[in-house]
Amino acid sequence: MKRGLQGNEQEDGGGTSGGCQKTLKRSRKQRRENDLEEEGARWECLPQEILLHIFQYLPLLDRAYASQVCRGWNQAFHMPELWRCFEFELNQPASSYLKATHPDLIKQIIKRHSNHLQYVSFKVDSSRESAEAACDILSQLVNCSLKTLGLISTARPSFMELPKSHFISALTVVFVNSKSLSSLKIDDTPVDDPSLKVLVANNSDTLKLLKMSSCPHVSPAGILCVADQCHGLRELALNYHLLSDELLIALSSEKHVHLDHLRIDVVSENPGQQFHTIKKSSWDAMVRHSPKFNLVMYFFLYEDEFGPFFRDEIPVTHLYFGRSVSKDVLGRVGLTCPRLVELVVCANGLRPLDEELIRIAQRCTQLSAIGLGECEVSCSAFVEFVKMCGDRLTQLSIMEEVLVPDHRYGLDDIHWEVSKHLGRVWFPDMMPTW
Amino acid sequence: MLPVENVTQPFTQLPAVSLISQSRPSGFIIHVTPWSLTNQQADAVSPTPAIMVVNSVHWFRKCLRLHDNPALQEALNGADTVRCVYILDPWFAGAANVGINRWRFLLEALEDLDNSLKKLNSRLFVVRGQPTEVFPRLFKEWNVTRLTFEYDPEPYGKERDGAIIKMAQEFGVEAVIRNSHTLYNLDRIIEMNNNSPPLTFKRFQTIVSRLELPRRPLPPITRQQMDKCHTQIGENHDLLYSIPSLEELGFRTEDLSPAVWRGGESEALDRLNKHLDKKVWVANLEHPRVNTCSLYASPTGLSPYLRFGCLSCRVLYYNLRELYMKLRKRCSPPLSLFGQLLWREFFYTAATNNPNFDRMEGNPICVQIPWDQNPEALAKWAEGRTGFPWIDAIMTQLRQEGWIHHLARHAVACFLTRGDLWISWESGMKVFEELLLDADWSVNAGSWMWLSCSAFFQQFFHCYCPVGFGRRTDPSGDYIRRYIPILKDYPNRYIYEPWNAPESLQKAANCVVGVDYPKPMINHAEGSRLNIERMKQVYQQLSHYRGLSLLASVPTIQEEAEPPMTDESQTSSGPGRRRPD
Repeated sequence: MKRGLQGNEQEDGGGTSGGCQKTLKRSRKQRRENDLEEEGARWECLPQEILLHIFQYLPLLDRAYASQVCRGWNQAFHMPELWRCFEFELNQPASSYLKATHPDLIKQIIKRHSNHLQYVSFKVDSSRESAEAACDILSQLVNCSLKTLGLISTARPSFMELPKSHFISALTVVFVNSKSLSSLKIDDTPVDDPSLKVLVANNSDTLKLLKMSSCPHVSPAGILCVADQCHGLRELALNYHLLSDELLIALSSEKHVHLDHLRIDVVSENPGQQFHTIKKSSWDAMVRHSPKFNLVMYFFLYEDEFGPFFRDEIPVTHLYFGRSVSKDVLGRVGLTCPRLVELVVCANGLRPLDEELIRIAQRCTQLSAIGLGECEVSCSAFVEFVKMCGDRLTQLSIMEEVLVPDHRYGLDDIHWEVSKHLGRVWFPDMMPTW
Repeated sequence: MLPVENVTQPFTQLPAVSLISQSRPSGFIIHVTPWSLTNQQADAVSPTPAIMVVNSVHWFRKCLRLHDNPALQEALNGADTVRCVYILDPWFAGAANVGINRWRFLLEALEDLDNSLKKLNSRLFVVRGQPTEVFPRLFKEWNVTRLTFEYDPEPYGKERDGAIIKMAQEFGVEAVIRNSHTLYNLDRIIEMNNNSPPLTFKRFQTIVSRLELPRRPLPPITRQQMDKCHTQIGENHDLLYSIPSLEELGFRTEDLSPAVWRGGESEALDRLNKHLDKKVWVANLEHPRVNTCSLYASPTGLSPYLRFGCLSCRVLYYNLRELYMKLRKRCSPPLSLFGQLLWREFFYTAATNNPNFDRMEGNPICVQIPWDQNPEALAKWAEGRTGFPWIDAIMTQLRQEGWIHHLARHAVACFLTRGDLWISWESGMKVFEELLLDADWSVNAGSWMWLSCSAFFQQFFHCYCPVGFGRRTDPSGDYIRRYIPILKDYPNRYIYEPWNAPESLQKAANCVVGVDYPKPMINHAEGSRLNIERMKQVYQQLSHYRGLSLLASVPTIQEEAEPPMTDESQTSSGPGRRRPD
């Protein structure tokens, strides 16, 4: 043991891995001469940086076990670098199959490491208790300067079941204390305009990413405030009702950086809902300011609610229709979406989409991914479509029932034709027939 | 519980093993034939001493039929007596997750067997109890020397059978097992795919297309065969070995409507003929497009009979094949002709070596998805009280009759899992297990994983709308009116979404939503928006994909990326390249 200690003393001065290696070699040589008692010396001489490096590879549970081995390892376990990122998993056995972060560990983190935390996320299940537990932790992160915060509901949005004031006060603790928030994910939460003001007041220089789809208490004015003040904003996700011409203009102002992407969810609350229109000039301003930006739009509307959409050119790049969309609207998509990269259609109906697909192949020259669910396309038209854009299609996901055999192609040979034009083996997506 | 190595040994691809047990008097040779699909018969059976009497017992489990039953043929082969048994534990019946329709089907199938055996001067012996306690008793009582049964490829079956084989060895009983529940030798398929089961259907089909045809089905056993091994039936046979009634199993039968699907081999063969006739009449051997009629139980439907083994899958296969060749005058039919059979085979292959196939945790092929636990919501779905007539009608048909069309299955499975309720597929699987007549363990679990996008690399973007999909499948709404009679006076416009009908109309139809019929339990648009986001989160973590494409979130499987195998339907212009062997 004495020699082991000597090894350590020599080590302390150097602290580089090289130094340690020399010590190791010496220890090994010594070991050949001595008995196995000296084995312990090798481990003790590992410098903290090496331990840290190794510990970073270990999952939390293994790290925790390792920390019980000796004081040195326990110290390493508590090094700030290991506590920069943490994901709190808050689940109740009654509502989720997933395991939860141990409450004792949570207490420890708040006590010893809250000021080390920088990248934090909360994964909560559908129970109210989990959301409350998340708020509880948030309110205690007073010494934190978070860079990233994510509030993620893995099932039903339980944050919405909390009293709004309770949630807001917990969230604003983070907003006020962090002052350097760069990424914020607060979809499906009761965040409101005043709390967004607090966010902006403290983090306007650093905010780059904001995801807040389905936050019903926010108004267009609230989000406009964010766009006006946070000039570094690159990624934004919100619901269509928050989108306004003013918002797009603000995001295209000279002071603003280029936007990477804008994600918009268009969701119908009640059938026959009226949606406002966005002027073409606003979209044009966006494209001028950020020529490479991606516009991702997810539609969850009844077929007859599409009136205001796809009348003028719109710079959408990724389009998803989560409910059935009419033939007419798909025809309009071909005419108004020149920047389209991905088109995914959940369902259409029982009339073939032949013309619409061909038009999309012709007009949407950037299209590289297409997915068709419950639709119908004649085999010939589909082959035509693939002939036209096969060389640029990286994703072609067509449900088997979509393809209607005709005089030229049957179901058994269509996949060879398509594969030919695609340049790789292709089959439609299948569903089990029992 | 036996150690795994003892249980699984007989099912490896070793040649026939002859084991001579230490405790056996010399002259007895215990023989265990590995199931084998080759045309070699039981020639590996070692010759038995001439003085020995052969008393066979054939154990029916699935394969409830006398046609194409190689194991039963083995029982009869050179035997002095033969007894056909089915083992059933009435006490266990109450605890098992099996509904009344499934029990009724099974009991009818057993009755049919008994009747068929009566015509051959024999009977079915239904023995009450568990196999591990029943067999020792029977071995002694009947002086059994040979036990035969059909190979069960499911993991639970393999384990149970391993224990029984070992027990048989200890009693000096020869165990003969034959494969007839699946078309092919499943282990061979796995071997041809680099020792792992194919995880995409197309890959599976490719491998199958390189195999030789399934073994031809055997004819039914004959009176002559049975006469050679005539067994005296005791006078107390009905007392000891009768088929239990539904009441004996603990079911109430006062309000039970007649079975829509009648169990048994006779019914199965009858339906097979009608099924083939219908194909000729329709002159269409392709997938029929679904229409309203398909939603109702078909008198030519065969899936429950395949599951219970009342109909041999090989008989169906060869009948379809011959019909095709007769009608189309082409050399060989495309694989798509055998769709239903191959899907069944696919899931059996995927499951055979995976005892955790029916759950998410510990299942190597299942994506770990943070499903919600919500017993109340699950109950509403299972009992057809969701407030969505399309879903409720399907679940009602399922509960009443025991069968629903595969598109109806897609609709309710999507609704329960990734579409709307975000409840685990395991819960849905258990409900189907209870109610669905054709739910094999492998096929049920596999299909649920497929439909919930938990395995097999499925895209998750296509969501079946509980209103729109129903309306497109049956615009007349008659299916709803039949199974949810309270809605029968609703016009087509509102029958799929009664909550949107004006109050006056609801009152006129004598069915007010919220009073006479439930309100919709979820907002579908909101639900599907949330869920697509959840699925995306899960898959992006899995595939480490950070981009914006929805389709690219799902990882593609390596096996797809391989050069294509030759396919029967390949023309010279196809891009096929032969894989170097």
